[in-house]
Amino acid sequence: VNLQHKEEEVKTQRSESSEKPKEKEKSQFEELRSLKMGIRFILMVNKQGQTRLAQYYEWLTLEERRALEGEIVRKCLARNDQQCSFVEHRNYKIVYRRYASLFFMVGVDDDENELAILEFIHLLVETMDKHFGNVCELDIMFHLEKAHFMLEEMVMNGCIVETSKANILSPIQLMDKAH
Amino acid sequence: MNPFSSGTRLSDMIRAIRASKTAAEERAVVRKECAAIRASINENDQDYRHRDLAKLMFIHMLGYPTHFGQMECLKLIASPGFPEKRIGYLGLMLLLDERQEVLMLVTNSLKQDLNHTNQYIVGLALCALGNICSAEMARDLAPEVERLLKFRDPNIRKKAALCAIRIIRKVPDLSENFINPGAALLKEKHHGVLITGVHLCTEICSVSSEALEYFRKKCTEGLVKTLRDIANSPYSPEYDVAGITDPFLHIRLLKLLRVLGQGDADASDCMNDILAQVASKTESNKNAGNAILYECVQTIMSIEENGGLRVLAINILGKFLSNRDNNIRYVALNMLMRALTVDSQAVQRHRATILECVKDSDASIQKRALELIYLLVNENNVEPLAKELIEYLEVSEQDFKEDLTAKICSIVEKFAPEKIWYIDQMLKVLSEAGTYVKEDVWHALIVVITNAPHLHGYTVRALYRALHTSCEQETLVRVAIWCIGEYADLLVNNAGMLDLEDPITVTESDAVDVIETAIKHHTSDVTTKAMALIALLKISSRFPSCSERVKSIIGQNKGSFVLELQQRSMEFSSVIQKHQNIRSSLVERMPVLDEATFSGRRAGSLPAAVSTSGKSSLSIPNGVATAPLVDLLDLGSDDTPAPTSSGANFLQDLLGGDLMQPSAQPVSGMQPSQAGADILLDLLSIGTPAPVQNGSTNGDLLSMQDNNAPIASLDTISSTSPTASSSMMDLLDGFGPTPPTSEDKGPTYPSIVAFESSSLKIEFNFTKQSENPQTTDIVANFSNLSPNVYTDFLFQAAVPKFLQLHLDPASSNTLPANGSIKQTMRVTNSQHGKKPIVMRMRVGYKINGKDVLEEGQINNFPRGI
Repeated sequence: VNLQHKEEEVKTQRSESSEKPKEKEKSQFEELRSLKMGIRFILMVNKQGQTRLAQYYEWLTLEERRALEGEIVRKCLARNDQQCSFVEHRNYKIVYRRYASLFFMVGVDDDENELAILEFIHLLVETMDKHFGNVCELDIMFHLEKAHFMLEEMVMNGCIVETSKANILSPIQLMDKAH
Repeated sequence: MNPFSSGTRLSDMIRAIRASKTAAEERAVVRKECAAIRASINENDQDYRHRDLAKLMFIHMLGYPTHFGQMECLKLIASPGFPEKRIGYLGLMLLLDERQEVLMLVTNSLKQDLNHTNQYIVGLALCALGNICSAEMARDLAPEVERLLKFRDPNIRKKAALCAIRIIRKVPDLSENFINPGAALLKEKHHGVLITGVHLCTEICSVSSEALEYFRKKCTEGLVKTLRDIANSPYSPEYDVAGITDPFLHIRLLKLLRVLGQGDADASDCMNDILAQVASKTESNKNAGNAILYECVQTIMSIEENGGLRVLAINILGKFLSNRDNNIRYVALNMLMRALTVDSQAVQRHRATILECVKDSDASIQKRALELIYLLVNENNVEPLAKELIEYLEVSEQDFKEDLTAKICSIVEKFAPEKIWYIDQMLKVLSEAGTYVKEDVWHALIVVITNAPHLHGYTVRALYRALHTSCEQETLVRVAIWCIGEYADLLVNNAGMLDLEDPITVTESDAVDVIETAIKHHTSDVTTKAMALIALLKISSRFPSCSERVKSIIGQNKGSFVLELQQRSMEFSSVIQKHQNIRSSLVERMPVLDEATFSGRRAGSLPAAVSTSGKSSLSIPNGVATAPLVDLLDLGSDDTPAPTSSGANFLQDLLGGDLMQPSAQPVSGMQPSQAGADILLDLLSIGTPAPVQNGSTNGDLLSMQDNNAPIASLDTISSTSPTASSSMMDLLDGFGPTPPTSEDKGPTYPSIVAFESSSLKIEFNFTKQSENPQTTDIVANFSNLSPNVYTDFLFQAAVPKFLQLHLDPASSNTLPANGSIKQTMRVTNSQHGKKPIVMRMRVGYKINGKDVLEEGQINNFPRGI
């Protein structure tokens, strides 16, 4: 019996594998670029998971925003009171705190001081309390622009601008008087 | 007035949206409102612009498209009144981003407003600029912002400072212009200006090393003083948080000090005292105080070494870690991770506490703690830590298991003190969370197992036991059936028993039972079933008594809808049925898999391995489905460098034969079958020595390297080549001076003993026709050295593909006692003069009806033949 030989064809998958690292590099670069923003977004969400205020300090498309909000809300609302106020999601860290029926969620970079952001959320709520008098979900819904004005006085471009409630509220009160 | 544009009030719309019970209802409301807003925009209705935009912002927040309102923002911004401008700017920030063309149109309005006499309007423009400024706008408007940094009202200065940060991020070159104004802001008293000024300086330092040097020299002392003043300041109601004045400013100052102190001993010295004060005096019973302590510890860890301060910082972290508040524990873990590079000993002290955190009920804390533990593991503590983690694996949440499993596998592999420990731990992980074990991880386990001959028996028995308790863990099943296929004999006869083992009784049919269960189990996928088929084939040869049963199990897959399984089933059946004489050598134990090669390849091709892992079962057919029969016939091709096959899929190699393996031990296979080398592999290897000797060694090696072959394998090739080719080197050496000498009469060559064993001797006699030097006629003379008659005598030979072989029938298929038979063959060497003839041969015969198989490689052909 003669054992015939047959050529064995082995295809390499090199082309496929060589493309992958490039993609990775690119996305890493983009991540680096978008880092160091400080605060990246602020959300207020009721306990049904409906967004009541959303302020982003980086550009996301409508679809990205909806998806992100959905994921974050699902993650945070599932947690109980004993668990810590920090959730890691994608490349954000979400610092959240619940006040009555309203969740305040702040997305920050990894190297941000989480405890300070928690303190910032409290300052935000206190400021709104001072203006609306025990702020509730409806206050924010029906005075969305005012809530935004307050936020504008507190945070610009992801950085904290002002920490004094009086200073934050004075331009808003001035406008109310003018009306 | 248009009936549509008069529409509803903002609050009416919000009420209608709130009243919507379903998403569809909400969409309907929004659609109607959007239509009304469009109509109103078309009317160019000034009175409703403000209201329309407010509605749009609400709709935008709900996540509906609002691009059609963008131009309205611009119109509002251009209008003279403050309320209109205000809502216009707000809309601009919410609805637009810097990528949109519309933004170009706003630059002029912004410029005008930045120069407006009303400072509130200036404030609005600054705020918008700070949030949406693009690189072009940054260049255009930087002078305005620079001027506004010196504005009389602090509320404008603070906003200008943040605008400057945005501008620097967009155009780092502009940072020069802001160094002096930035430094001036650090001397301010107003907290808003101070906090933004500090932020601006931090930003400038991050883009320019000269600026960093400047701030270090000029501002460190001032900043230390500012921090001291704030830390010591009496109660100020405006900025007080839980008895601490403006924790936000504290934190920003500490951040800037960290930047200045990092890598500079003088600056670090300068801030030591105040850091010590903050670290020791700050109240730690409230969140605000802890936030400051947390920041302070980070700064202490980052600046230049000061022993006392470091101790203080590590103690604070220790306190944090034992705090009952989960938030504090979370940041402690976070901080310990960063402290690890600075002082790993100090972090190691908290190992037990961190391990407890891995078992916390809070996913965020678990994740942090696991990452930290992963970094803390070393050779000394791997055993207790791995034990704890594996025990926890049993009770952990499903979501956490994947992460935990990956980390355990990684540390166990990296720090294993000895192989048996590694195998033990991996078996535990496979039994507990096999589903989460990645492909490359269990492949690595198999490689280690093959490399530990003294543990083969132990491992296969342990796997057999584990299979009975955790048969639903797919990867465990795979590893187990692979090992049972290879080491079934050790399983049954309790060979290589270790002291610590309990003996078990496994019969041959028990072993088949396990595989049968695996192949029939509903959760088994194609890969598992394919592996089980191979294992069965191997068992059929190890345990001839089970052969019939194995045949029927294999046969059940003949009708499989999966081509892969069907093909294997058909071919294996025919191996069992028709090729009994070669079966045992077909399914010999796998050669030892080279660890260095595997790990090198694994490291080199990790992304590919990940990307193809899902398709692994698909890529098997390439090498394996057709395996036994065809591969026997397949001869390694020397032209296609073997390692190109490496691809990324180790599974393929495991099953199909590692193509690189034989090339590493090519001619050492001269001791036939003794190393248990698979005949397939040896056949394949025949071709590979050739390139090593034909003078193009370098080129070949290089080309192999190009083909992603790991260096490790190159080393083995080159290290074995001298010995491997020693016999052939002679061929080569003698070749130059003795070209085909005589033209007239064919050259004569001495006969050789191609093969000799205690029972059989094969001699080759050569003749060559002079007109055709490529072709050699060989007469093989088989001599029976024993007193027994050999029946069913069969000589088989295989050659690499540059050779052509024609075998004539032997003079007889019975070899009488002490007698001999002859067989002629013709070899044509297409590479005559370049490559010598090599041949792999096998002889099968029966003595008293018992199969005997002998095989070997022939490479002592005369020079120049």
